This record gives sequence, structure tokens and C-alpha cells, in this order.
Amino acid sequence: MDAEMNAVIEARGLSRHYPGDGTPVRAVDSVDLVVERGEAVSVMGPSGCGKSTLLHLLGGLERPTAGELRLGGQRVDRLSETAWARLRRRNVGFVFQAFHLVDELTAVENVELPALLVGASRRTARRRAVALLERLGVADRAGHLPDRLSGGQRQRVALARALINEPLLVLADEPTGNLDSHATGEILKLFAELREAHQTLLLVTHDPRVAAVADRLLGMRDGSIVEDTRLDGGLSRQAVLAQIAGWEA
Amino acid sequence: MREAMLALLAKEPAHGYELRQRLSRALGPIGEVLNPGQVYVTLSRLEKAGLVRADQVAQTTAPDKKVYEATAAGREHVTAWLLDASWPKVAPVEFHLKLVAAAATGLADPLALIDAQRRELLRRLRDVQRVAQDPSVDADGVLLLEGTALRLQADVRWLEACERRWTRR
Repeated sequence: MDAEMNAVIEARGLSRHYPGDGTPVRAVDSVDLVVERGEAVSVMGPSGCGKSTLLHLLGGLERPTAGELRLGGQRVDRLSETAWARLRRRNVGFVFQAFHLVDELTAVENVELPALLVGASRRTARRRAVALLERLGVADRAGHLPDRLSGGQRQRVALARALINEPLLVLADEPTGNLDSHATGEILKLFAELREAHQTLLLVTHDPRVAAVADRLLGMRDGSIVEDTRLDGGLSRQAVLAQIAGWEA
Repeated sequence: MREAMLALLAKEPAHGYELRQRLSRALGPIGEVLNPGQVYVTLSRLEKAGLVRADQVAQTTAPDKKVYEATAAGREHVTAWLLDASWPKVAPVEFHLKLVAAAATGLADPLALIDAQRRELLRRLRDVQRVAQDPSVDADGVLLLEGTALRLQADVRWLEACERRWTRR
């Protein structure tokens, strides 16, 4: 297969090996992966299977020890640290389990930071940040510091920050790992909205609810992708309801 | 379904069509796929069992209609149903035995069965979540879908435990 015009992610033989005691640890081992624009993909697998490392490689937070990676068609695995950082700020939004907000900045300041870093004016950055906080239902918390926010609110702020530069790709690593069931439900709705808006998403998760937001499921084991499957079965609403009820459609 | 229909008739008498509407409303989105024929078949069975009594009501502008009401025995039956705490299919016995059988016979790989089952459950969870996120679904309807989603989640989590167990052997 040649380079796909519409591919957001293209990985060939992507690997991350660490020197271990004697045998190297193959955290990610020769992964081939193409994610098209607008796809929502979830990655599941047992602890230590390499799914978080894969996310770090795709977002440039870690460098591969072998293989090729293209982001939006551009070869990135050989970029310098600085060039990767510049590309990442503009094109990749991250959402982490532990939120990773800057404690000293208010919610709105956290959200606008990535826009300022890529050169947006203060006014534009603020306008976009406020609009995003509104869209994610936390506009009334804009002036609060993170420690005054609930977990669910912090994760919404983190999601707003991830979206502010209208990234090519949103990467989320256990985005609901620190949230209670209610807050998880709220975040799920937002991811579902992003999916409907054709935002390209890659969600690494243990939570079946989060995984089920996606249309495509990747299963990892021992650093490799061992399954790659569609979750949209193409059932009609009637057929879905009949299946839920256990009745014939 | 039978008992739920009887309960609705214990509240107030109704003809078949009304009963169908009420049942459908109680079920939320799932009510959309309620089979009308099933309602009428069930009514006639309830009548034969003496749990429901039917009265012909003459109508001037339309054919006579049957109005159903719960009998004393019917009310007793409903009360017993409401208080019965049995819970169907708690244990995923069949899938557990499949894993054991796959390993014992070598006819299939238990981990492959787990993967296939997870795919199927996540597909269903995805479908249920999408119906539940439809803004037209009312709160009672969502509750039933939430119950469905929670059970699917629990089953997926159990598959994780199965995976750990069968990976170690």
C-alpha cells in the first residue's frame, strides 16, 4: 500500500525497544498502522502491552528505536526534537489520565496556552479558549485554578486545551482513569461529539465504555497489534433495539 | 412481558391497543420494537389462565372492542411477581465452559475466543451507548439502556480476568 492521501497516522515497523537485563524489552514491536482522517480508534490490551508507549510514539513524546512514522503525510520519525515539538503543538492534542494542567494558571489560561505557543494573538487565543470552555460546559469555571475544579471539570479543561489548535489528531491516554462514573459519562459524551464532528481520535483505555466510543478497535499484546476490527456492525436502530431486548428484529 | 402487562391491567382496565401503548412507553426506545402480535397472544393466554377477564364493549361508530381487566387471581400473580427476587443468568457459564473446552480439546485457542467475545460485546456496547445518547430518549428509557450498558461493561471486565488467567497457562 502506498502513502494514503487521507491518512493522519501512518506507521511502518514502528518499534520502541529498551535495553533490559540481557534481553531487550520490546515495548512496541514493529507496529504497522494507518489511521484515516476522521477515524475514532480505541486501543485496548492488558497492562504492560505497550499501548501507552504506542500513544507516546504516535504523539512524539517518545522516539522510536526503529520504523517509520508519518503524521498527516509528513515523515516525523527523523525530525529533530525542536521540529517535532513545533509540529506537535500545532497538530496533536493530548488528554492524559492525570489531566496535566498547569496548577498556577486558571482554566482559561491553561486552554489558551497552546494557542499562544503557536503564535496566536492574545485576543484570538482568549476568544477560542472561552468558546471551547463553553462548548465543553465549563465556561463558568474559566477563572478558576485547577485545584478548585472537580476531576470531570479538569478533564474537560484538558480536552479544551487539546482542541484549541484544531489538531489533526487527538490522543487520549486513559482519559477517564481518574474519574467517577458520572464524570466518565460526561467525558464520553464529549468524545462522542468529537467523533460525530469527524475529529481523528485515538483512545488508549481499559474502560469498555471509552473503547466503545470508537468505530475501530485495536487490541495489543506484548507490544504488537494482535487485532484490528470495526465496531460499527451496520445494524439498523430497530435491529439494535431488538438485540438489546433479546427479541427478533 | 406477561406479568408487566398484567400489572398494567391491575392498575386500570384497558383494551389491547391502549395496553400496547402503555407497555411501549414503559420500555422507552425498546418499546419501538415491541411486537404488537405478541401483546394480543399474551392477552388471550392470560384470559385462558383466568388471570384476566375480558368484557365486550359495544361501540356505535366502530366494531365492539374487548376491554381487559385483572382478576383477583391476576392481582395475586402480579404481587408475587413483584416480590420475587430471582435474577436470570448471573453466571456466564456457557462462555466459561467454552474456554475450558477449547483448551482441553485443542480445537480452538481460548485467547482467540476471548478476543472474539470482546469484539462482540464492545460492538453491542457501542450500539447501546449510541441509542442512549440520542437526545430524544427520555430518562426512563435511558435507565433501561444504562442497565444494559453496565452489564456489558461488567462482562468485558470479566473477559480481562479470563485473558489474564488463560495467558498465564
